Amino acid sequence: MQVPAPFEYERATSVEHAISLRERLGEEARFIAGGHSLLPMMKLRLANPEYLIDINDCEELFYIREEAGEIRIGAMTRHRELLDSDLLQQHFPIFRDAEEVIADPVVRNRGTLGGSLCQADPSEDLSAVCTTLDASCVIKSTSGERVVSMHDFHVGPYETAVGDAEMLTEIRIPLKPNGSSAYEKVERRAGDWAVVSAGAAVWMDGGTIAEGRVGLAAVGANTTGIGPVSDVLRGATPSEELYQQAGDIAAANCSPQTDQRGSAEYKTHLAMELTKRALRRSVARATGQEA
Amino acid sequence: MTTTEPAPEETEERPIGFGNLLRKEDPRLIRGMGNFVDDIQLPGMLHLAILRSPMAHAKINSIDKSAAEAHPKVVAVITGEDLAAQGLAWMPTLSNDVQAVLATDKVRFQHQEVAFVVAEDRYSARDALELIEVDYEWVDPVIDVRKAMDADSPVIRDDLEGKADNHIFDWETGDEAATQAVFDSADVVVKEEIIYPRVHPAPMETCGCVADVERVSGQLTLWSTTQAPHAHRTVYALVAGLPEHKIRVIAPDIGGGFGNKVPIYPGYVCAIVASLVIGKPVKWMEDRTENLVSTGFARDYVMEGEIAATKEGKILAIRTNVLADHGAFNGVAAPTKYPAGFFGVFTGSYDLEAAYCKMQAVYTNKAPGGVAYACSFRITEAVYLVERIVDCLAYELGMDSAELRLKNFIQPDQFPYESKTGWVYDSGDYEPAMRKAMEMAGYDELRREQAEKREKGELMGIGISFFTEAVGAGPRKDMDILGLGMADGCELRIHPTGKAVVRLSVKTQGQGHETTFAQIVAEEIGIPPEDIEVIHGDTDNTPFGLGTYGSRSTPVSGAAAALVTRKVRDKAQIIASGMLEVSVADLEWNKGSFSVKGDPSKSVTIQDIAMKAHGAGDLPDGIEGGLEAQICYNPENLTYPFGAYICVVDIDPGTAVVKVRRFIAVDDCGTQINPMIIEGQVHGGLADGVGMAMMEMIAFDEDGNCLGGSLMDYLIPTALETPDWETGHTVTPSPHHPIGAKGIGESATVGSPPAVVNAIVDALKPYGIRHADMPLTPSRVWETMQGNHTPPI
Ligand SMILES: Cc1cc2nc3c(=O)[nH]c(=O)nc-3n(C[C@H](O)[C@H](O)[C@H](O)COP(=O)(O)OP(=O)(O)OC[C@H]3O[C@@H](n4cnc5c(N)ncnc54)[C@H](O)[C@@H]3O)c2cc1C
Repeated sequence: MQVPAPFEYERATSVEHAISLRERLGEEARFIAGGHSLLPMMKLRLANPEYLIDINDCEELFYIREEAGEIRIGAMTRHRELLDSDLLQQHFPIFRDAEEVIADPVVRNRGTLGGSLCQADPSEDLSAVCTTLDASCVIKSTSGERVVSMHDFHVGPYETAVGDAEMLTEIRIPLKPNGSSAYEKVERRAGDWAVVSAGAAVWMDGGTIAEGRVGLAAVGANTTGIGPVSDVLRGATPSEELYQQAGDIAAANCSPQTDQRGSAEYKTHLAMELTKRALRRSVARATGQEA
Repeated sequence: MTTTEPAPEETEERPIGFGNLLRKEDPRLIRGMGNFVDDIQLPGMLHLAILRSPMAHAKINSIDKSAAEAHPKVVAVITGEDLAAQGLAWMPTLSNDVQAVLATDKVRFQHQEVAFVVAEDRYSARDALELIEVDYEWVDPVIDVRKAMDADSPVIRDDLEGKADNHIFDWETGDEAATQAVFDSADVVVKEEIIYPRVHPAPMETCGCVADVERVSGQLTLWSTTQAPHAHRTVYALVAGLPEHKIRVIAPDIGGGFGNKVPIYPGYVCAIVASLVIGKPVKWMEDRTENLVSTGFARDYVMEGEIAATKEGKILAIRTNVLADHGAFNGVAAPTKYPAGFFGVFTGSYDLEAAYCKMQAVYTNKAPGGVAYACSFRITEAVYLVERIVDCLAYELGMDSAELRLKNFIQPDQFPYESKTGWVYDSGDYEPAMRKAMEMAGYDELRREQAEKREKGELMGIGISFFTEAVGAGPRKDMDILGLGMADGCELRIHPTGKAVVRLSVKTQGQGHETTFAQIVAEEIGIPPEDIEVIHGDTDNTPFGLGTYGSRSTPVSGAAAALVTRKVRDKAQIIASGMLEVSVADLEWNKGSFSVKGDPSKSVTIQDIAMKAHGAGDLPDGIEGGLEAQICYNPENLTYPFGAYICVVDIDPGTAVVKVRRFIAVDDCGTQINPMIIEGQVHGGLADGVGMAMMEMIAFDEDGNCLGGSLMDYLIPTALETPDWETGHTVTPSPHHPIGAKGIGESATVGSPPAVVNAIVDALKPYGIRHADMPLTPSRVWETMQGNHTPPI
């Protein structure tokens, strides 16, 4: 049994309570959501917080709803709920694609969207999903709330824009017409982190792509949205050549490292291959042609 | 006379003897009511945690333990220096080397044991480790096994007197000159470097123990995760100088062993020393990382393989040159005269003219081990070598790999067959097993499908492996471990009411001994298995024997159980002759009762006889009361199970992801005792094989940091990577085993990796690929497709 170092534990009953505890306890305190990233790190003594503020009783953070032209998801929404949500499946099938290959049921029953984004692991799948969908993050503190884009949310590996006395409370995804999305992941084994994953989303205007986005995981310091891909997709007619071109751009814009999961060359190849596949599938879905 | 219950009827669901029977141990285990080492709580028990080295090779300049000692819940902090004062800093390994219990001079692998803390609870013990200050001085490590013997390589084992290099041993088998002659004149010679990387048994339950030294009597009771309680007791007596009759080793329920729980680890010795010094029970239980990074690994062979054949595909000779990485201490678990285990069976299932193997074993700055991880003492490596090189030959000859194997099998009339490296295969009938597997697979149809797919650029592979194992070590004339002969005892007692208790020297770690051994006794004496209690894993309550590993339980201890039961039955027959007033020769045995020949109405059941044996009234002349016996069985030879495996894979050409579509396994383990348990053993081993072939490897970076320290880094397969297993069997009994059984525990782990690798390599044939090394992760498969295959070590 791996055992963590000593720590104090408080259970917050509301977002307000959680933030005030955080403000009082300072940088030695950490929120604990699903615990599936934080607890393993504590057991390995890679993380040694003095205080844990448990936010599992913050009932106002569990939801997936449509509001003001957006899908809004509470930070404590668990993988399991993202997987099961028909609302998400209707607008963003990329979530179910991704959730089917994130971890295993035990982890999915507890792990949360907020915890996933705040962990900011370069291989994290939901960050790639949110990047693909151009999501923004609502960050609260006692002095109010601010909304940051995914691009600004991740400031480095395992680092986010959430400050010491702040909390991520909500993820917002804009709803646009005629869109669809897909997610592709290669893993060495079920439940393993991605060797590489790619998300794609397209919004169609008749036979052409009005807007397209691609987000990759495990190919660099942070989950990467590939801007130049969007440039070639804008206004283009879907074709194998277009997917290949997009894939090549994705490959050229990532900087993976060789590790136990695979060589940098292989990961670069996957960035190309999976971008192609995710785009192909998104377009098929958006145009009602998916088998 | 007291009456006994009538003997129950035998049915298919309820065999009195061999047949499918639900496991007797399962109700306890599946309800979570097993009793594992970590479940043991004793009054006043303390907890031990081990401080491990962060570096692979470093001098220890000093250790400051004062802050740890000042921790309010710490009872003791012990370093190598403290142990050295008692003469306990070093202990023998299973291979006549020594290993540091706690490092004194130098650390020799990352995570080596440096000090331990004993505290009131597990958390405090772990916390106090952070308070120990060790001043290490970096020494260049030896990580690349190929450079271990370079002249300028740092010497790891400078503790050994006069040691000036990293050499452990050279070993050879077969006839070098005769093999050279065959190679010189052969039509076709194929050479390939074939690597079996370092893997770990990774049992779900990590290693640990509770040591309790009773202060007044000096009696040590050790609850321990051991596959060999008796052997461990003797070794503790020899190292720690404790009198053997004052040591009791108990292996309670064990959560998987796979060879990992054969060696004695420093942690056990630390716990014993701690209890001795402090006078209280002490528990030590590894965490997951400690288990993966410090306990016995397996394999780690770099094998250069060569095969010689005629152009028609008659295999003439196999030759191999092996470089073996044994880590920092030679801790190989193998019989003394077999430093490379049973690797000598690398000639496989084929009738050759000559064979030769040369091996060099070296030290590196990695964890020690070389345990029999479900490999029957290195047969995994041997089978992988031969089955891979045979496929390389098929590739060069452009011959179907099934046809090539069929052409070269040892024929049924050649058994007992003496191989060119001196192994006497007891029995075998290979072609029917191979044909059966091909038929189950629909082999010809698969090849047709493959040809069609290749036309379309799709990648499908069919891999075959045909293995022969040598298990059941072993005859005491040439097999021992640390001087202890590899025989096994067994004791059987029939109680007055006809219920029985059988005591074994071997120990289950999940294999189902409590069921299988009850069935062996039941088959011989007709008492239902549920009426037979199987006692094992406690040195005070079982006869001496060497334990469970190398698939030896059924071949050795199973034979002992059958023979001791026959001994009891012989006595029962004499008592029955008195009861029925006929001569012994006039009695006939019908499983469970003796009857008078020609008059079946005159009979007595074994239960009646048991009561008579313990009851009032006279027994036949010269017969003592009671119905029990004990024996020690010394096997005449090893047994040689075999099997034919076929694996079918599909590879996504875009991502190089491999999907194992089908796996067909036909096993022959001789007489089958419980086919359901056999199938379970095969399922587990096949999953293991998929893991090793596709994802498992204990890797190191160039500084010697172990990269496999968690189950997120060291991957083992899940149900999603493994197909529905398709199993079948043939039955070729062992001629020298009392019930003809051969052992099945490791067959699938031995036989499956080459089948998976052969299938993947076969799928890559359109790329001109003849060989690729494990673990075949998507990345390694993709690099192979690009022509950039690099060896994993
Ligand atoms: C075996 C295993 C396999 C996995 N496989 C995958 C995989 O394939 N793909 C993948 O993407 N992930 C994987 N994960 C990670 C999993 O998805 C985690 O659950 C997730 O990354 C973290 O979510 P959590 O709710 O458990 O966060 P926690 O562990 O509770 O927290 C993570 C971090 O976020 C902070 N935090 C949490 N919530 C907030 C908030 N609202 N505001 C501010 N800070 C907050 C915490 O303080 C902590 O620093 C795996 C995990 C495990 C254990």
